[in-house]
Amino acid sequence: MSALLRVSDLTVEYDTLGGALRAVDGVSFTIAPGETVAIVGESGSGKSSIAHALLRLIPRASGRIAGGRIEFAGEDLAALPEHAMRRVRGARIGMIFQDPMMALNPVYTIGRQIAEPLLLHGSVPVRRAMDRVVELLTLVGVPAPEERIRQYPHNLSGGMRQRVMIAMALASGPRLLIADEPTTALDVTVQAQVLALVDELKARLGMAVLLITHDLAVVSEVAARVVVMYAGRKVEEGPVNEVFADPAHPYTRGLLAASDWSGDPRERLREIPGTVPALAELPEGCSFWPRCPDAEPRCRAARPAELASGARRASCVHAERIWRPS
Amino acid sequence: MTSRLSYVALRALQVIPAVLAIAVLNFILLHMAPGDAADVIAGLSGHASAEMTAELRRSFGLDQPLIVQFFVYIGRLLTLDLGISLIQSRPVVELIAERMGATLILMLTAIGVAVGIGLLLGILAALRHRSWTDTALSVLALVVYATPQFWLGLMLIVFFSITLDIFPSGGMRTIGAEFGPIHSVLDVARHLVLPAGTLGLFYVALYTRLMRTSMLDIMTLDYITTARAKGMSELRIAFTHAARNALLPIVTLLGVQVGHLLGGSILVETVFGWPGLGRLVLDALLQRDLVLLLGILFISSVVVVLTNLLVDVIYGLLDPRLARK
Repeated sequence: MSALLRVSDLTVEYDTLGGALRAVDGVSFTIAPGETVAIVGESGSGKSSIAHALLRLIPRASGRIAGGRIEFAGEDLAALPEHAMRRVRGARIGMIFQDPMMALNPVYTIGRQIAEPLLLHGSVPVRRAMDRVVELLTLVGVPAPEERIRQYPHNLSGGMRQRVMIAMALASGPRLLIADEPTTALDVTVQAQVLALVDELKARLGMAVLLITHDLAVVSEVAARVVVMYAGRKVEEGPVNEVFADPAHPYTRGLLAASDWSGDPRERLREIPGTVPALAELPEGCSFWPRCPDAEPRCRAARPAELASGARRASCVHAERIWRPS
Repeated sequence: MTSRLSYVALRALQVIPAVLAIAVLNFILLHMAPGDAADVIAGLSGHASAEMTAELRRSFGLDQPLIVQFFVYIGRLLTLDLGISLIQSRPVVELIAERMGATLILMLTAIGVAVGIGLLLGILAALRHRSWTDTALSVLALVVYATPQFWLGLMLIVFFSITLDIFPSGGMRTIGAEFGPIHSVLDVARHLVLPAGTLGLFYVALYTRLMRTSMLDIMTLDYITTARAKGMSELRIAFTHAARNALLPIVTLLGVQVGHLLGGSILVETVFGWPGLGRLVLDALLQRDLVLLLGILFISSVVVVLTNLLVDVIYGLLDPRLARK
């Protein structure tokens, strides 16, 4: 099956007073049509930068895509001129964001904001736009859509706002939906509903989903494959069930252990010792070695090569015994 | 929509205590000034006896207790009676009404054009952030900002009236000319260019800077990223999503500035011989015509209060969140 999205060697840099920082360092992954892929990592791992880089939404004043290719349906988005890129955004790739309150314009009605991508990309004639908006709101499960279109974001609850965001992202029938931490700002009870909705719509509309999250429970619920990020680099990738059952990278093992708490209040929460290094002070060699329980001298000597085994990839010298270089 | 209407009604009610406060302040000022109307008139006549002054005082009701005088004053205000000018011996309301139109034309033209141009330049500067256009606009705005208005007025007269002879240097109409209605309007417009330019240029600079800053703040917000992710162009985002939000703090400021504008207008009217309230104020000041001066103060304060009401109503229309509170 040929990939819908093929990201190869993507590098994103941000300008700081101390020089350019690599927030994303040579990351590659693919998404097949209709597939859900999750990118997980802690804050600062570069996962959100990847999401923004795919649509080229990184503000020119602060950073840039410094290298790599973003092939989407056979076209390299990284090399596309800006006007051509605008026809991709909101039309062929939709995106939803972390905080739906902040991501909706407070002074425009819900109806207008959902209609915008429809009208921009000429998906429907102007007089049909509001009918289509009502259909979309019905699709994402917003009750009384005819009334909602005249309301403003502040009239809606958090969960409803995220549904509105989803309706907006889906307006022009994209083939890929990028969801950047779509449930982080929502109540726990609402999180599950929104995830279920994304999952259902994906199946119904046959689109692929790239889910950016730090929540491993979310990953196991909706994603088929997972990409694990650490300090701007991909450390592991593979089918979710395999990676979670038998993680190849010590960082993935640490993440899983940290999220796997029995619920017993006497038990200490398991954590990965240390903190994510600042991008300006990345250690030599493998960026995880200062926190790694299995670190050896050779881990500091050189960056580990990516090893492959079937559909799985991992950048750790310890995977060598069982895997071969990719 | 009903919540918006009630917001407007509520806001309109707040005008009453504001106007009352102005009236009280005005009354206090009137009585704090050394000497009263009787003294001024008696002094003007040159040879008034103590009896005559006392008689005058009685006829003006100035011999009554302060509290009685206060209620008489408020009662008069309610019937729009601001007293009789000490010098010109005509009702103050009449004098103000004659001059109000010219001042309003000058002020509204100046601020309207200035805000329009300022907002556009501000959006342009923000769109071209850190380019030479942005830097040039910022420096230019700073220079204009620091230029004294009277000096600017004189320079404009020297350049456009004397050297180039394009625009008249003063007045509001060509003296002695008989025009039809259309030419009459054009004639006033021609006279308006230099004074309105002098008065407005400062505000062009001010609003360019304000709008630039406000736009730059807004352009970093999440909903702007959302608009980009929809495939909208930067230009379109700037003029719709961003400008609408960036306007909010600026509209508020516009209300506050009306008083300031009135002050600038007095200066500009004097430089250009514009027959508005400004000249009336200057005359009243120089001739110590206290009743006229305070009458103008009262009316202009009320204008400021009403303008602020209008601004708040506009704000309510621009920001749907306000109606809820």
